[in-house]
Amino acid sequence: MPTEIRRDYSLTGPEADRAVARGLATADWYQCPIPRKEMKALMARSDGPALRDTAIWFAALFLSGLGGWYFWGTWWCVPFFAVYGILYGSSSDSRWHECGHGTAFKTPWMNEVVYQIACFMILREPTVWRWSHTRHHTDTIIVGRDPEIAAPRPPDIAGILLNVFALKSSWVALKKIALHATGRLYPDEALYIPESERGKVFRVARIYLVILIAVAAWCLAIGSILPAMFIGLPTLYGAAFVVVFGLTQHAGLDEDVLDHRLNSRTVYMNPVFRFLYWNMNYHVEHHMFPMVPYHQLPKLHARIKDDCPTPYSGLWEAYREIIPALWRQRKDPRFFVRRRLPGHARPLGAPPAGAVPAE
Amino acid sequence: MSATTAIRWVEACAVEDIDAEDVIRFDHEGRTFAIYRAPDGRFHATDGLCTHERVHLADGLVMGSIIECPKHNGRFDYTTGRAKGAPVCVDLATYPVRIDGDTVLIGLG
Ligand code: FES
Repeated sequence: MPTEIRRDYSLTGPEADRAVARGLATADWYQCPIPRKEMKALMARSDGPALRDTAIWFAALFLSGLGGWYFWGTWWCVPFFAVYGILYGSSSDSRWHECGHGTAFKTPWMNEVVYQIACFMILREPTVWRWSHTRHHTDTIIVGRDPEIAAPRPPDIAGILLNVFALKSSWVALKKIALHATGRLYPDEALYIPESERGKVFRVARIYLVILIAVAAWCLAIGSILPAMFIGLPTLYGAAFVVVFGLTQHAGLDEDVLDHRLNSRTVYMNPVFRFLYWNMNYHVEHHMFPMVPYHQLPKLHARIKDDCPTPYSGLWEAYREIIPALWRQRKDPRFFVRRRLPGHARPLGAPPAGAVPAE
Repeated sequence: MSATTAIRWVEACAVEDIDAEDVIRFDHEGRTFAIYRAPDGRFHATDGLCTHERVHLADGLVMGSIIECPKHNGRFDYTTGRAKGAPVCVDLATYPVRIDGDTVLIGLG
């Protein structure tokens, strides 16, 4: 029977100091070698792909919303709101993410506009998430350092299932918004959000509260939840793909390694899913080279795939690994899926002191 | 003119070592610098490490007068050193540059 070892995933516990002592914090990470000229071409920005995709996204939101409104009161509204919800509650995940990196569009204000809208849709406060995601990229799946570890060991299976409808994540988000609206931060957040940025956090939290309260009041005034079906509720009823796509990124893989090939997954997806997810299925590539825009990730993947573990052929193959791994981690938090580098891949650098795999 | 006499000019690279709208790294006496060639052909120099987490800016992307850091996409105006917003909040130090024939020299204090 494996011994149960529960690690402290907070950023204020003993694991934070341990990560620093082991040389895992703000460390150098493995990067596949790519000549500068090629890298420059891969990093090159343009507005075209994101303008096209954003136009399609907004048009699809408008048309599905129109259908939902037109058929409201009949069962015919269900498929329309299902589409609207996925576009609103799930696709917003990749939009805030890409625009937060500032790579989706070439023009900075375009990134900023879509970032703010998508953040509200998924109820992720823009300044808080900008900084937490910065830390996630510095210290990806380093325990005690990364505030965005979705599946700690042992995993919270009930929480993951609740998040199919964003119930746990939204509850946590609302508590944070309420606290931020009073001009305060959680202790973890204070570690990665600089003083100079905190005013923005508090201001936006108040704006979010006003919008949500206004929608609730509108529903009460007309005796219908229809307004909330467009603003607010789709964060919940459309959230399924945040979990379905998001868990493939790192769940079940190793912790405390300085090589994204070992703690991230690249999963092939069909074009519809890649549109919804803005190519974040190329997650090893994204983490290794966050400067590369989403529309260039397939090219980057082709360039480095021989130096990486075999990608997953699809969600099915990924989940055949993730589900048993998470299930086993409930009882055996030491277990993780060890990604195999191809024999000819460039070897890992010297592992940091103490960074020994858990099995 | 007295300020310029205090500058020590150091050979950094050859003019053709840097493409237009690009950057290279230059290490000297234990320090690291980034040398830029702007789209208009002018050369500029800044500290080589991002003020956010000490990542080499020479691995980043030059767009016009902006250098974008390769780690978290923080942006600086490399002609003035000004940080353009989160996650970079501290400006970069800049250095004077002059061209002597085919050579790029940076002025160190
Ligand atoms: S290290 Fe440069 S933006 Fe973070």
